[in-house]
Amino acid sequence: MEIMMAIIAGFLFSAATYLILSKSLLRIIIGTGLLSHGTHLLLLTMGGLGGNKPPVVGEGVTVADYADPLPQALILTAIVIAFGVTAFALVLAYRTYQEIGTDNMDHMKGRGEID
Amino acid sequence: MINLVVLPIIVPLLIGTVLLLFRNNLTVQRIGGIVGALLTLVISVVLLTKVYTDGIQVVTLGSWDAPFGISLVSDMLSVLLVTSSSLITFVVLWYSVYALGEERERFFFYPAVLFMLSGINGAFTTGDIFNLFVFFEVFLMASYVLIALGGKRIQLRESMKYIIVNIVAAALFVITIGYIYSVAGTLNMADLSVKLGEIGSMGVISTIAIMFLVVFGIKAGIFPLYFWLPGAYYAPPLPVLALFGALLTKVGIYSIARVYTLIFTTDVAFTHDILMMLAIATIIFGSIGALAYMDIKKIIIYNIVIAVGVILFGFAAFNTTAVTGATLYLVHDMLVKALLFLMIGVLILITGKTNLREMGGLIRHYPTLGWTYLVAVFALAGIPPLSGFAGKILIIQGGLEGGFVWQSIVVAASTMVVLLSAIRIFIYAFWGSEKPFQVPPKKTYSQYMAPVLVLFALAVGYGLFIEFLTPYFLEAGRQLMDPSFYVNAVLGGNN
Repeated sequence: MEIMMAIIAGFLFSAATYLILSKSLLRIIIGTGLLSHGTHLLLLTMGGLGGNKPPVVGEGVTVADYADPLPQALILTAIVIAFGVTAFALVLAYRTYQEIGTDNMDHMKGRGEID
Repeated sequence: MINLVVLPIIVPLLIGTVLLLFRNNLTVQRIGGIVGALLTLVISVVLLTKVYTDGIQVVTLGSWDAPFGISLVSDMLSVLLVTSSSLITFVVLWYSVYALGEERERFFFYPAVLFMLSGINGAFTTGDIFNLFVFFEVFLMASYVLIALGGKRIQLRESMKYIIVNIVAAALFVITIGYIYSVAGTLNMADLSVKLGEIGSMGVISTIAIMFLVVFGIKAGIFPLYFWLPGAYYAPPLPVLALFGALLTKVGIYSIARVYTLIFTTDVAFTHDILMMLAIATIIFGSIGALAYMDIKKIIIYNIVIAVGVILFGFAAFNTTAVTGATLYLVHDMLVKALLFLMIGVLILITGKTNLREMGGLIRHYPTLGWTYLVAVFALAGIPPLSGFAGKILIIQGGLEGGFVWQSIVVAASTMVVLLSAIRIFIYAFWGSEKPFQVPPKKTYSQYMAPVLVLFALAVGYGLFIEFLTPYFLEAGRQLMDPSFYVNAVLGGNN
């Protein structure tokens, strides 16, 4: 199961890398979305996929049955952070498009005004 | 008093949150921002003396025992950095009251700076590797706001690049944390130090060490990961640039220093050699950049890169002398870089330009600025009575002790490049034939100069009275080179 997940995460990373290297701003942001999906899956996998019960204390559940709760907490934190950053990046991309009038990273060159 | 360690993180956070409520009241914003930074500074000085007299201070949040809860650890290195970043934030906020412009000030500038300070202090203080990631994101998020605030074309363009680079770096950080968790099964740095010490030298640990170097190297701007830095730092207005240049890359350096002195010490021949090579390459490429430009902002920005290389050389040489020197130089560099950027700000106020070829003959009209700038450049290069000297001489001495002869020569030679690149600004802008410049009102000029002169006095004082501060740095070097101090302080008798 871990091998399967590692392959999926690897596929997500390669797709993310490909998208981040493209010219269009929106594709880059989609790439960062895939990248964070990949990292979160990887974090889950690296914690070990053993344990068939959710990490909630219940009757008749022994310690060996629980899934590792720590990676889940880490992922939850990382998801919220990635969400905040992505929201900011999307709005910034929108503003950039409004102001500069292009979403092509190649065209965003040249010297700007001094401040 | 046991919670003293938490206060440099909490105080700016709380004051920043309160300031969010008074967006339209500019006076409240300004006073709140400056008082917040000043309060943080006072607390960190108290903490500094406390750490010096009583040893490493540890707070385990929620009273959960060390490896299970999050521990905040203030050792000498971290508290020195917390103190200097609070100091710099205070001076830069004072400067921005005059230099930033009301439009930006009204859009949550002061809360953003205080949040950034909170994140930086947290990153310096935390003893948990995932918590370090979270604090990284706290100050990065604030820095995204600061770099984009104002919405000029260049800012939008560069902040887009800055954000994408940092998103990728953050993802790499999480991946690396996942790997180290699967190897060691813990996230507490002290516990990691023990566990990895037990496992000993193993291929995967060196791999993780290099991954951490990549992650923190992107933040710190080491070769070949500094590509985003010159463009991104060129965009924001000068007070923000001063904050970034003085503080942000230093968090990356601190993190490299922390993981390479505390956690990854089992395979030094491999990991620290790579760090050494990269540090030297950083110095060389930074030097090329510093000499190549005739733009005053670009010159100082590339000087950041050189200093990053010099400091990391100290940590890569990995003996007490070099590490002590690197700590000394780190604090010196924070002060002097902030000072230089603020002075550049005054220069741009007077000339309205950043190109050196369009300036000249300012010394007759602005002697104070001219001569203080010259002294600041000498301090940057490390001319003996001034602050850069003690740190660099220890770094070079430590490098020679470690047998890195030609590398030490490169470090020494980089001093020449630093001096040449920065003195060119003095020669072009202050000497030579007079070029037309706008005369700013006398009042504006003196308002700009007041915080600059305060920081100048501090930076010069740091060099002249170094013997009063040396014990602190010797203590920092001693603690860094012997992780057992850190481990015992955090894990206590359990170990």
